[in-house]
Amino acid sequence: MAGLLGPSAGRIWPMNFLWTDGPRANPATALTWGVTVLSLFVVVVITLLVVIGVVVRRRRGIPAADAPIEQQGDGLAWITIGLALTLIALAATLVWTMAALAAIDSPASPPTVTLLVTGHEWWWEVRYLGVGPSRSFTTANEIHIPVGQPVKVWLEGADVIHSFWVPALTGKTETIPGRTNLTWLQADRPGVYRGQCAEYCGLQHAHMAVYVIAEPPAAFEAWRRTQMLEAANAAGPQMEAGQAVFEARCAECHAVRGTGAHGAKGPDLTHLMSRQTLAAGAVANTTGGLSGWIANPQALKPGAKMPATYLSGPQLVELRAYLETLR
Amino acid sequence: MKGLESARTPEIVTIDGDYPAARLEQIWRSEPGLVGWLSSVDHKEIGKRYIVTAFVFLILGGLEALVMRAQLAGPELRLLSPEQYDQLFTMHGLSMIFLYAGPILTGFSNFLWPLLLGSRDMAFPRLNAFSYWVYLAAGLFIYAGFITGHGPDDGWFNYVPYASRAYDAGINIDVYALGLILLGISTTVGAANFVVTFLQTRAPGMSISRVPILTWGTLTASVANLLAVPSASLAFFLLWMDRQFGTRFFATAGGEPLLWQHLFWMFGHPWVYAIVLPAMGMVSDGLPTFCRRPLVGYTPVALSTVATMALGFGVWVHHMFATGMPSLALSFFSGASLIITLPSAVAVFAWTATIWTGRPVITTAFLFFASMIVLFVIGGVSGVMTGSVPVDWQLTDTYFVVAHIHYVLIGINVFPVVGGIYYWFPKMTGRLLDERLGQWNFWTMFVGFNVGFLPMHLLGLLGMPRRVYTYAYGMGWSSLNLVVSIGSLLFAVGVLLLLINIAISLRRGQAAGADPWGAPTLEWAIPSPPPSYNFAVIPMIASRHPLWETRLADDGARSTLTQGYLLDRGRETLGTTPLDARPNQILEMPEDSLAPLLLSLGLCGLFIGALVHAWWLAGLGGLGGFAALLDWLWPRYIHADLEKARD
Repeated sequence: MAGLLGPSAGRIWPMNFLWTDGPRANPATALTWGVTVLSLFVVVVITLLVVIGVVVRRRRGIPAADAPIEQQGDGLAWITIGLALTLIALAATLVWTMAALAAIDSPASPPTVTLLVTGHEWWWEVRYLGVGPSRSFTTANEIHIPVGQPVKVWLEGADVIHSFWVPALTGKTETIPGRTNLTWLQADRPGVYRGQCAEYCGLQHAHMAVYVIAEPPAAFEAWRRTQMLEAANAAGPQMEAGQAVFEARCAECHAVRGTGAHGAKGPDLTHLMSRQTLAAGAVANTTGGLSGWIANPQALKPGAKMPATYLSGPQLVELRAYLETLR
Repeated sequence: MKGLESARTPEIVTIDGDYPAARLEQIWRSEPGLVGWLSSVDHKEIGKRYIVTAFVFLILGGLEALVMRAQLAGPELRLLSPEQYDQLFTMHGLSMIFLYAGPILTGFSNFLWPLLLGSRDMAFPRLNAFSYWVYLAAGLFIYAGFITGHGPDDGWFNYVPYASRAYDAGINIDVYALGLILLGISTTVGAANFVVTFLQTRAPGMSISRVPILTWGTLTASVANLLAVPSASLAFFLLWMDRQFGTRFFATAGGEPLLWQHLFWMFGHPWVYAIVLPAMGMVSDGLPTFCRRPLVGYTPVALSTVATMALGFGVWVHHMFATGMPSLALSFFSGASLIITLPSAVAVFAWTATIWTGRPVITTAFLFFASMIVLFVIGGVSGVMTGSVPVDWQLTDTYFVVAHIHYVLIGINVFPVVGGIYYWFPKMTGRLLDERLGQWNFWTMFVGFNVGFLPMHLLGLLGMPRRVYTYAYGMGWSSLNLVVSIGSLLFAVGVLLLLINIAISLRRGQAAGADPWGAPTLEWAIPSPPPSYNFAVIPMIASRHPLWETRLADDGARSTLTQGYLLDRGRETLGTTPLDARPNQILEMPEDSLAPLLLSLGLCGLFIGALVHAWWLAGLGGLGGFAALLDWLWPRYIHADLEKARD
């Protein structure tokens, strides 16, 4: 499903962290490259030492039992020199590690956006914490942020342990029930950054993606204003029928702000159509994808908490038409 | 084991033809037939049973891996359901880490220790048999859950709250918790046995600076197990209480989910060292035989073995870097994790120097031992990378860590073990494994392993998370996963070649003789396979390499192998002092007994009863076990032996 949101910011491998795009990730990335190169060097040197040693020193044509025992020197210099070189490499790694840790500990300027991200089986609840409840709103699985500005992310776990991870922007932090963790991220370039739950959390751990969409500040503000709006009540008979189906069959778990649907077990659907995927990245948010997901979620994401809805054909069409008004 | 101190001074005799072998054979051999087989307490027999059983679990775990690799060979495959995949990766981990990697080394050490140390059995032979039966029971217990569709499904690490009843309601996790408590009993008694055996039963003169490195590895691992296993057993027990009786040790409200991670990794990380240090010891002892020189740096290597373990107790938090700890704690555990590199480097450079300052004769065993150095370094440097906190925040829970753990466990455990099979198979069976097939075996395993696991590092760097049953198109992971699947298949073919070689060589292998490799240590001084009593006389040891003394231009130390303590009034061996190995007691060894097996069966009843809430069965098992224990400990033979001693 990676192609849904299109490759962005040159990310051929959407989840790689060899090339990253923000100050929370970049110092760690430099260190990753550093220790990778150092590691490759060590492996090559030791491999050559072993292979050349065997080839040069081997004794042919005589069974082990008949070969003489010879002790040429005690060889201790190897250990001394080897240890000394190892110690230098280790000290360098340790210092660099501490420096990188300090560099990414907190952002250089105060965060402009604060989020509370809650891991659920198997989706992400994202609450934008504004000043006062009227400036706050809830969405799911897709996080919009302003480019070039640090974003503070509180992390909580609703059920089991998950791990929040957007490789291009930040390493992993677990969401642990009963605890509140803190991380931050910042994107230096506009684009869509894919993340995924990194701690095994059950049947659909594989389908628990999160997308961070970094936009220019003006576009972000426009998006935020739209998200804070409540949904309008349905207009027209088909839409009204669809809303009725929703409130009867879906509102136990899902909320649509401004209507009678207040469920909190599943994602808030007030602006469902502003999202590009459904079911935490498992399904494209197209007419077909939406129909398929509502009709039989277990076929697309076996084990997901959303049950089969058993709607009639006309009900399904009405419901989908209503959902498609939630922009 | 009972000390009859000063009851008599044992005779010193010289081996002369059948004397004293014939009489000792009568004393030490097990009765033929099924009952004799079930009641044997012979460490060689128990060691071989451990090795065979552990290999069966290795094969099962390998088959589970192959099914998973079929599922992951391409994106969005639907060969397995998520639940099937979750049980498979959990059983794969449990099989390899708990039921193979530890027990296989216990098996080698069980078979080898008394032979290496110049003794006639382990310090507690019945405890040894008990340790095996309980291990077998734990393995069957866990697999019974899996076969009936209730296998553990929360990974070998089994994090709560997912493992709590609210999220995993079946008995799957109870199978895990109770099965591993059972295994912990086996590990604990086995470890205690190794520690006492090391301290009390070394041949006279074998001071602690003269023991093979394998015994250092196993001793260190055993001490670690005694300290680490209680942490895990406690966690398993608390979890079971939480699940069955509603206690709240790990509950989100009123408990602490993170406590599980601490208790588990306080055990888990030392355990990782416990399942590699003895294997490193096998390389430290086997490699020099083929390099035709003593190991470079015996003392630094022995000390670094102990140092690794000591540091290994201070690094468990590096499995928890992403749990949101304060930076100070992270820095401390990061530093501690990096420092473990130093003792590892000692071993690597000691082995490399042994090759360069020796003249290696290339055999299959040598290839496995020497290639292990390279695999060890790959697993080591990737470990350093994950020890660095900011890097680990990206690497953890990706395929990079899967690659790391497999380089560590296959590189430092499986390769030395297979090398060890080629090296000691002649001692165990009297026949050599085929060398030509052995070379095919080695190269298939080596190439297959690296094709299968090297690309996993890259998959990790490209962001593929662990423990996902499938992955999407367009992530850049598809072709690498196909390569990984093909490589693991090739690796499996390599393991199959080993099994074929064993099957053929058991029947048609070349006769080995006592010492086919011209090796330095005591086990090669006695016939292959060794007689039931191991040593006709307890040898007296004067150096680290008793069989190379005449061939090394040394200080002229000479061990005495054909003259020594007789000890033939019943099953006896010599007790010596812990450091210098001066004789100080005659150890009376027990006869064969069914009690260890019966006690294990009682424990089985207890645990199965607890699992399915059949409390009558649990009570019956407990009582049966207690009866077996009474029989075990009943002091029925002391008087007869005192009579004998007075003769």
